[in-house]
Amino acid sequence: MALPLRYNVRNVLVRWRTTAFTVLGIAAVVTVFVLLRGMARGIERSSGNTGDPRNILVVRKGSQAESGSLVTRDQFRTLQYFEEIARNEKNEPVISAELVMIVSAPRRGAAGEANTLLRGVTPRGMELRPQVTLKEGRWFTPGKREVVVAQRLASRFAGFELGGTIKAGPDRLTVVGHFDAAGSAFDSEAWMDADECRSIFDRDMYSSILLRPRDEAALTNLVARIQADKRLSLRAEREVDYYAKQTMTAMPIKILAGILGVAMSIGAVFAAMNTMYASVAARTREVGTLRVLGFSRFAIVLSFLIEGTFLAMLGGLLGSLLAWSVYAVVLLRGINFGTMDFQSFAETVFQFRVTPDLMLLGVLFSAAIGFVGSLLPALRAAQLPVISALKSL
Amino acid sequence: MAAPPPVSIVVVRDLSKIYRQGDINVTALNSVSLDIAPGEFVVLMGPSGSGKSTLLHIIAGIDQPTSGSAKVQGIDIARLNQSQLADWRNQNVGFVFQSFNLIPVLTAAENVELPLLLTNLSRKERRLQTQTALELVGLADRGHHRPDQLSGGQQQRAAIARALVTDPALIVADEPTGNLDAKSAADVLEILQSLTRTAGKTVVMVTHDPKSAAYGSRSLHLEKGELVNDAK
Repeated sequence: MALPLRYNVRNVLVRWRTTAFTVLGIAAVVTVFVLLRGMARGIERSSGNTGDPRNILVVRKGSQAESGSLVTRDQFRTLQYFEEIARNEKNEPVISAELVMIVSAPRRGAAGEANTLLRGVTPRGMELRPQVTLKEGRWFTPGKREVVVAQRLASRFAGFELGGTIKAGPDRLTVVGHFDAAGSAFDSEAWMDADECRSIFDRDMYSSILLRPRDEAALTNLVARIQADKRLSLRAEREVDYYAKQTMTAMPIKILAGILGVAMSIGAVFAAMNTMYASVAARTREVGTLRVLGFSRFAIVLSFLIEGTFLAMLGGLLGSLLAWSVYAVVLLRGINFGTMDFQSFAETVFQFRVTPDLMLLGVLFSAAIGFVGSLLPALRAAQLPVISALKSL
Repeated sequence: MAAPPPVSIVVVRDLSKIYRQGDINVTALNSVSLDIAPGEFVVLMGPSGSGKSTLLHIIAGIDQPTSGSAKVQGIDIARLNQSQLADWRNQNVGFVFQSFNLIPVLTAAENVELPLLLTNLSRKERRLQTQTALELVGLADRGHHRPDQLSGGQQQRAAIARALVTDPALIVADEPTGNLDAKSAADVLEILQSLTRTAGKTVVMVTHDPKSAAYGSRSLHLEKGELVNDAK
């Protein structure tokens, strides 16, 4: 039978001065770990949260992103007459040919320039994205050099306020409204009239086509039909699937979280190990006494493992709470974060998220640190010769 | 037909213990033989290095002889492996140390209860036995105190309660009064003595102090690893 848990808990608490630094060290590691994972989660969520499962997005075959895709007017015309496409009350096909361009704009606070996505969108395209709602000002007027930008994007760029201007090719666009895209990828975009956009950039082609099939069967048919049509040479997939694949943007942060996580956890393991070795050394006679009373070597190993893991989990809990506090402050202040999308090289705005499952992951991460860190000290405690342990001061 | 109960609780035959210190062999015990009857209060005396603690440790199952045998209640403990010895100690021997060896973060009652955690007793039964043991040593009202809140004498009495709580036939004590004042020492020795007289326990105690030795019913004197005197 194992030693009572209160024995371990009290030993950690009674040595609080020596264990406090280890707890704080592990807390710092877990805070950084949870925050980085939270950022990756935020980016993934903004991509994963985008699109309507009833929509199909069409890009050029071989293109990974809209910004690198070209769809000709002929291809658009061909698609327009496919009978699988739903029709609105005016009997028009629900299909939108759009242009996605990258424009450079100054960041707020004179922090240099960054790219942002400018989408030339049609009235059908706006109907197909009901999650995008106007929050301030008005929508752009077709045929005018006007633009409506995402509220979250506006908070990061200079000149994106109402009445401000954005440089687009040789012209400047006036910001007439702000929209909210409910945490989706459109929160990183600026929208203008599609024809006007083609005119400014002197483009004869589109970037992508968004359409709504009549029903689920029509959707399946249409995807298969477009994919199989060698003449079209286009790639079609559900809009939601397209955006789910764009989570590549989170990869650099995930890699950073991984590298930092490994490097810092090695340090934290040594901190835990040091504390536990000191604890074993200070309790040599106690270990000898327990062995004399009949506790097995396994019970001693288990006891020190539990203690080291508990100690580290205190740090993990503290770290997770610290990360959550940072998240709470960010939420209260409405701060948005941005990173570069490695496919379009444009700014992606996201809100990092510290969720309960990430906090739990942080605590489990700390438990692993504690377990690994206390393994060798625990084995050493169990190997202590009973008689010399009893004679220890 | 059942075997008759053993006459002696401890039977030691030709027991030797040789330690290796560098290139030198040090003989701690040299062919010691002795018998201890149930209910005896045996005092082991002798100068430092005479082998009295080694003999006590072997009888208690926390050290192994180099040769010879040590049977306690008919079991040759030299033949048990580490795991069997741990179980055997828990069930058959109570220990009292010079420095009390209580776990500082546990209360007196929790310390006394420790050996019972290795038994199959229910929580209620454990609590009851712990309370009985504390009452036996006069610490019934001190169970919730931590060791640092008890005097030396009280700590040693808690240690005796811990040694008693599993109801072992044999109690070994290594200089149990070495860290106590005269009054506390007398209290502890009286408890040990009464255990042999009223509860039929066998006590084997190592001491340097002739006054403490006077509480015993039998005195064994060791010198240079050999038994030189056996007085009842």
